[in-house]
Amino acid sequence: MRRGGGDRVSVRGAIQQPDRAAPSMRSLLLGFDPGLALAVIGLAVCSLIAVAAATADDIEGDPNYFLQRQAAYFVVGGFIAVLLWRTDYSRLRELKYVTYGALIAALLAVRVLGDVSRGSRRAIDFPFFSFQASELGKVLLIVSLAAFTVDRARRLQDRRTTARIVLLGLIPAALVMLQPDLGSALVSVVITLAVLLFAGTPWRHFAALTALGLAAIAIALAVLPAAGVNVLHDYQKERLTAFLHPSDTSSDESYQQNQSRIAIGAGEKTGRGDQATQTKLNFLPEHHTDFVFAVVGERWGFAGAALVLSLYALLIWRGLRILTISKNLFGALVAGGIIAMMLFQVFVNVGMTIGIMPITGIPLPLMSYGGSSIVATMIAIGLLQSIYAQGQSAAASKGRVLTFQ
Amino acid sequence: MRSHGGSPHGDVLRPTKRSSGVVPGLDNRPPLTPQLALRVAILGGVAFALFAIVFLRLWYLQVLSGDDYRRAALDNRVRKVAVPAPRGWIVDRNGRQLVTNRVATVVQLDPRRIPAEHRDAALEWGRAMGQRDALPDGHKGEPTPIPKPPASLERRFAALGSVLGMSAASINERVVQQIATTPYANIRVRVDVPRTMRNFLLERRASFPGVTVQQVYLRRYPAGTTAAQLVGTIGEIAPDDLKAERYRGVVQGTVVGKEGIEWAYDSYLRGDPGVQSITIDAAGRPKSQRLAREPRPGDQLRTSLDAGLQQAGQRALARSIQGGPGSAGAFVALDPRNGQVLAMGSYPTFKPSVLSKPISQQRYDAIFGPRAGSPRFNRAISGGYPTGSTFKPITALAGLDKGLITPDSPVYDPGVLKVGTQEFRNARGAVNGTISLRRALQVSSDVFFYILGRDANGLPGQAIQSWARKLGLGHTTGVDLPSEFGGTIPDRAWRARLKKLEEACERKRKTSSCGISDKRPWSLGDNINLAVGQGDVQATPLQMAVAYAAIGNGGKVVRPHLGVVVEDYGGRVLQSIKVPAARHVKIDEGDRQAVLDGLRLATIGDGTSAGVFSDWKHDAFPIYGKTGTAERKPHGDQSWYVAYVAHKSKPIVIATTVEEGGFGAEAAAPITCRMLAQWFDQKSRCAAAVVTE
Repeated sequence: MRRGGGDRVSVRGAIQQPDRAAPSMRSLLLGFDPGLALAVIGLAVCSLIAVAAATADDIEGDPNYFLQRQAAYFVVGGFIAVLLWRTDYSRLRELKYVTYGALIAALLAVRVLGDVSRGSRRAIDFPFFSFQASELGKVLLIVSLAAFTVDRARRLQDRRTTARIVLLGLIPAALVMLQPDLGSALVSVVITLAVLLFAGTPWRHFAALTALGLAAIAIALAVLPAAGVNVLHDYQKERLTAFLHPSDTSSDESYQQNQSRIAIGAGEKTGRGDQATQTKLNFLPEHHTDFVFAVVGERWGFAGAALVLSLYALLIWRGLRILTISKNLFGALVAGGIIAMMLFQVFVNVGMTIGIMPITGIPLPLMSYGGSSIVATMIAIGLLQSIYAQGQSAAASKGRVLTFQ
Repeated sequence: MRSHGGSPHGDVLRPTKRSSGVVPGLDNRPPLTPQLALRVAILGGVAFALFAIVFLRLWYLQVLSGDDYRRAALDNRVRKVAVPAPRGWIVDRNGRQLVTNRVATVVQLDPRRIPAEHRDAALEWGRAMGQRDALPDGHKGEPTPIPKPPASLERRFAALGSVLGMSAASINERVVQQIATTPYANIRVRVDVPRTMRNFLLERRASFPGVTVQQVYLRRYPAGTTAAQLVGTIGEIAPDDLKAERYRGVVQGTVVGKEGIEWAYDSYLRGDPGVQSITIDAAGRPKSQRLAREPRPGDQLRTSLDAGLQQAGQRALARSIQGGPGSAGAFVALDPRNGQVLAMGSYPTFKPSVLSKPISQQRYDAIFGPRAGSPRFNRAISGGYPTGSTFKPITALAGLDKGLITPDSPVYDPGVLKVGTQEFRNARGAVNGTISLRRALQVSSDVFFYILGRDANGLPGQAIQSWARKLGLGHTTGVDLPSEFGGTIPDRAWRARLKKLEEACERKRKTSSCGISDKRPWSLGDNINLAVGQGDVQATPLQMAVAYAAIGNGGKVVRPHLGVVVEDYGGRVLQSIKVPAARHVKIDEGDRQAVLDGLRLATIGDGTSAGVFSDWKHDAFPIYGKTGTAERKPHGDQSWYVAYVAHKSKPIVIATTVEEGGFGAEAAAPITCRMLAQWFDQKSRCAAAVVTE
């Protein structure tokens, strides 16, 4: 049994450590949220089945290429998640400069070393996988922002606090935006807002931020292009146009979205199984990555899509539950950031495949093929479990009143 | 964690906890501030709303409109492709093949994959070249250069050219030319591609966007140049034609007849393309295919042509022109009973197979340009010439009909006819003395017919003109070939019309002369010239053949035609093509016999063409023939011969003309003689003879 993390917390005296003589096996079983675990394992299984089905014909002679890799990502991510679960996440608060620094360094490294793929520089190629910094960056941002916010928890009414946090969130968002990766930049913005929300930032600050945001969008979309500065790339404009005018099928963007909608619609109630021509015959590009939900929708129909969505609902619900039992504000903020990130990504990705959101290139957490996304999401899941475990143990030590620092 | 599972305390408290959680005790839970609770509730509400939206949308897509999307998915993967049907063969009256098919591998470019700017440039080039063609010779100026492709397209052409062994420039030329003529049709880059090139291209589809390699049916011409101008050409249907009634039901990309018999009998020859359904993936790669509808091959057309006669005529015409002063010529052989065209040729000629492959403009001009004698021009139906003395039988019939002469009226021919200050002389100054109609036709007395022309001019109703029209001149004969020329029979109204045109033109262009007419009214001299087939009269060899056929068969003006029987692929008769005569002309039998006697005499004794037929078996195959020599300034004399042979089983009318061939007996008559020898399987020297007329 690994209790080292707990020991260190105990030494620091932040929380009185529970009875160390407790049966370790039992505590291990009780110290995690089974609902969350069920949702994650269920999604992992769905992901493996969907990726296997979608990519069976993609690489000749190696039908399991993507399946094997995806499974390996889950194993690696799961291992990291277990490690994190058995660690006290609160330690990360002290490492806020390290995490934030790592986040910025990783994003800058991508700019310098990154591989240009499909017009954007998002990943660094390593021998066995390509590292997408923005995926891990989302988790690092949650942890760092939560830590910075906790530092100023007593001055939340001060608008400088809000401004500082927003600034900290916008720097990585801007770097990601330059890659260019509008979707991930939006995730950073959502994370920042979620951290502010659960920290208790006054509503008037949100109102002011909303006003500033709208003004910034107006400038970016109307004023700057008129002055000759293009904020959005052409392909991003195309995506927006394709979303707003889906019947104009001439562009590749609306082609993808149309094909995705056809794939999902054609699945009907119970799916087409092996007759899933949209994915099999490659009408739907990116079917194992960004459009994996369309594969589920076509092969297994409404039933399959509903199952996957239910698993996400379970995950979000358990996340909110974990937020409420967090032993400290830091945990609550981390949990809030993670939930908001997951919810946003799920909605934007699924919305994209069913034609109610524009194409943004945001992967479906735990479903889309891709090592960076899987590992980063599993890290987030590990943190949630750690918050749960810590919250449980703190609550178990009777009479303890949690002091937010 | 404190052990609590087994303690009574924990058990007592358990009912108050959430069942799924393992929260040790309510009192031990961390405090949840109302503010945080509210905000968690807000996020929970937002999450609930988002999931509800997604679920409702999925329900709508998959359950409510799933059927539509399922259909869309099926449409997505199945492409219907037309499978070309082989066109029907064209054979001669004895079943000898004139046009058949062969399968060829062609490399084509999809015009939609050519950038719009280059397509527009090609169309613009086509317009410029069209305008240039309309200008008179010598004023055309420099040809418009072929537009250069954009750099990226040029690289594509160069890549394709390196495979096909062609330069990027020559590919570009083909692309531009074909876009200019048929803008939406596949562009044929190279025909008869070897298997290795084909495989190379098929294996690297992605590197050659828009390039397809296909098996297509091309026309084969086993008989070489035989009937080159008649069979015509084929090509993908032009976009404007898709709306035409005659192409109803034809889809874009179908190969249709463009000229000649291919055009005229396209609906029989075309067949119906089949449909192949191909299951394809998103990159357009075929995954599986099946024939949804078999192509129906086109029907075979049996023509009235006799390949042997046709080839004999072509050979004789070519020999005559190559060995004499002639520059071009044509012949038509008809069955006088029904108008079936037994042979029809025009010289210069060409190999029709040249046109079944893409050809550069330079090479096209060299083979088919005016300098090469415009070999695609079918002089037998489109060439209008003054007919010379071959017109005389028509004048004779008019004179007889109007009572200007009887078959035996004596007329004195002193060698010249004076009308006012004008003198009309016999050719070569011949003086024939007192002659009647038969002798006048035999020796081709001009004065005899000048007098008829002079006397007919005063009569009401312009008898010569009306007889010429009745017998088929001055308007198209209705032959089943496109671009027939109607010819001219000049009369008062015609002169007046020309005058009006000239005046209108002069007013419009504000010049002193447009060269259409000298604005003079109809004159006596005009009628005298017409009486011997000189002056403004213009007729095609086909029209003359029809007129002589009517004289020969007793007044039936036939409608000449080539199509006889439509047969299926195996040779079974599907449909006989019946072409009724255009009309019947009442000719007095005595008059007709007198004219025929004159024509018969012209081929024997001291007749104008007797020398050519000196060794002919006149008893077995009596020839009724007339030479003609028409002045056609500034060109040399137009040589004519029209002959009718009244044979019981195989009567025939042959009209032959040679541009700048000299006297009728010099060039045209020997050609006719050789054709008759072939037709009746006779031997004859058919010597060219110089005889005055």
